[in-house]
Amino acid sequence: MITRWLLNKTDRGVLIMLAVILLLGFMVPALHLLTSPDSPVHVPAYAMALIGKYLCYAMLALSIDLIWGYCGILSLGHGAFFALGGYAMGMYLMRQIGSRGVYGHAELPDFMVFLNWTELPWYWYGFGWFGFALLMVLFVPGLLAFLFGFFAFRARVSGVHFSIITQALTFALMLAFFRNDMGFGGNNGLTDFKDILGFNLQAGGTRAALFGATCLGLAASLLICLAITRSRVGAVMTAIRDAESRTRFLGYRVEAFKLFAFTVSACIAGAAGALYVPQVGIINPSEFAPANSIEAVIWTAIGGRGTLFGPILGAVLVNFAKSWFTSALPDLWLFALGGLFLAVTLFLPNGLAGLFGRWTSARRRELPAAQPAAAE
Amino acid sequence: MDKAANSILYLDGVNVSFDGFKALNALSLIIEPGELRAVIGPNGAGKTTMMDVITGKTRPDTGDVLFAETRDLTRLDEAEIAQLGIGRKFQKPSVFEKLTVAENLALALAGNRRVREALFWRLSTREKARIDELLGIVRLGAQRHMPAARLSHGQKQWLEIGMLLAQDPKLLLVDEPVAGMTDAETETTATLLRSIAGERSVVVVEHDMNFVRELAVKVTVLHEGSVLAEGSLDHVSADHRVIEVYLGR
Ligand SMILES: Nc1ncnc2c1ncn2[C@@H]1O[C@H](COP(=O)(O)OP(=O)(O)OP(=O)(O)O)[C@@H](O)[C@H]1O
Ligand SMILES: [Mg+2]
Repeated sequence: MITRWLLNKTDRGVLIMLAVILLLGFMVPALHLLTSPDSPVHVPAYAMALIGKYLCYAMLALSIDLIWGYCGILSLGHGAFFALGGYAMGMYLMRQIGSRGVYGHAELPDFMVFLNWTELPWYWYGFGWFGFALLMVLFVPGLLAFLFGFFAFRARVSGVHFSIITQALTFALMLAFFRNDMGFGGNNGLTDFKDILGFNLQAGGTRAALFGATCLGLAASLLICLAITRSRVGAVMTAIRDAESRTRFLGYRVEAFKLFAFTVSACIAGAAGALYVPQVGIINPSEFAPANSIEAVIWTAIGGRGTLFGPILGAVLVNFAKSWFTSALPDLWLFALGGLFLAVTLFLPNGLAGLFGRWTSARRRELPAAQPAAAE
Repeated sequence: MDKAANSILYLDGVNVSFDGFKALNALSLIIEPGELRAVIGPNGAGKTTMMDVITGKTRPDTGDVLFAETRDLTRLDEAEIAQLGIGRKFQKPSVFEKLTVAENLALALAGNRRVREALFWRLSTREKARIDELLGIVRLGAQRHMPAARLSHGQKQWLEIGMLLAQDPKLLLVDEPVAGMTDAETETTATLLRSIAGERSVVVVEHDMNFVRELAVKVTVLHEGSVLAEGSLDHVSADHRVIEVYLGR
């Protein structure tokens, strides 16, 4: 049984990905902190921040894969959960500034002083505590996904209708967060962060720790998704994806399984947003832009949905390509992304992960002893 | 309610219309516990629509649908009806193509359907044994690790029958089980369904007259959404209205 499990293509990809993530989480901070800046193996701060940012995107893509790749739910509003997690972390970082803001107010963030507010709105209470903020990072996106999913799935909204209302959700949140009187900094968002848990956010050690935390967060999310998709819940999710009404006739409450997957997925997206904000130093309403959510879906498709490791690869590679393009040929990026998406859809239906699968099965054919059937 | 006494399934005055077209027209049908019933009728007679009504897929406009004398099926959804013990095999074989044969059976196995249980669920020894047994019954032992997509049409039919048995239902609704099967396979299926009845009740919809003859049970003839005739196959085939609409064509 164990050998069979190890030989399973997808599981093998996930295990390799897990090893790579943990290795990165150890090596990158070590190379940043322990080598001198002129050493050829030194990882500069900007590069570490960049990779860290991409790993947060990878976590978002992974969360999309859990629902889209395994349960057939295409959310085009997952950026909203990412941004909500980011705002929850941003609120903590704002409270950490304390009286060091431009206006020097002990309680209120600068933008509230600027709006002539005299006291903290109730929904900012508690965000001075890191533990509370962490809880909210998961709770707020999770609760929104639960409520939204409860009504949408119960009303049997699915397919393209579901995708459209998730776009509407993230768009509505964007408009709301743009408003100054919402109390989240309006279009400037939350920024000018100073420190986290008392450590200076600009210090190399803090940045290295944030990078390590991102790798751990991604690895943990990957393990959670692996456990879910390998459990009976995963089998039911696949069944729903492939034949939803058949699954109902077997006695499964389809909406409950969808709701579970959607909520877990939103929590992972929220955690990704929370890891993202301290590394990029800002969160503003543009993170809710509908286009962001669509881009994340494209990373997932390019990486290969329903594989867990593919979307991680897709998010990182596409974003490296994007950063290269936007500096070298800025006007062409959208065309390149569109072209890449088309090419993958047409020639690699299983995405980059499909290439990996082909490569491993070609290798296995050379090694007759490793037939999966023989390993049981 | 009296009329529903001693029935596993009771339909009375069931009407279903699609945009004015009456698919079921005052349909009444009573199945006794343990009975095996064959339902025949020309294309479009409403046989599949009847199963849709019983399993909660389609809500009737009017009429009573009762399970085991008391449970009003028109108020329950598909999952609740399935959990009550009504299993269904679809006309078009519908198995989970990406899952293996054994996984298809495991998903169908009777048991708790809640998310929390499913998260930590492991096949028990008894369940494994039951899957092995079912694989034997439907003759798919050699294909157990094969994705269901790679089965032949007839094998998919068998797998779906296996899934139906795995659910351990009190009432089985079987829509055209032998389409795409060879004569030998058809015969085996008839034997299998006959052996299931008794402990469970079975309603089989079929076009294949040899198969219906093989079952040797009471036959209900549907036509334009209502019952045209009922009785043994010889009895209904002698009915001139039946000959007109169905057999004589
Ligand atoms: N969802 C629907 N919308 C509109 N018309 C429908 C719908 N479902 C069934 N019908 C119509 O209702 C009638 C009865 O269909 P049904 O599928 O129950 O027939 P059937 O007896 O199972 O026929 P067959 O032997 O071809 O399977 C047909 O004329 C069909 O076109
Ligand atoms: Mg039919």
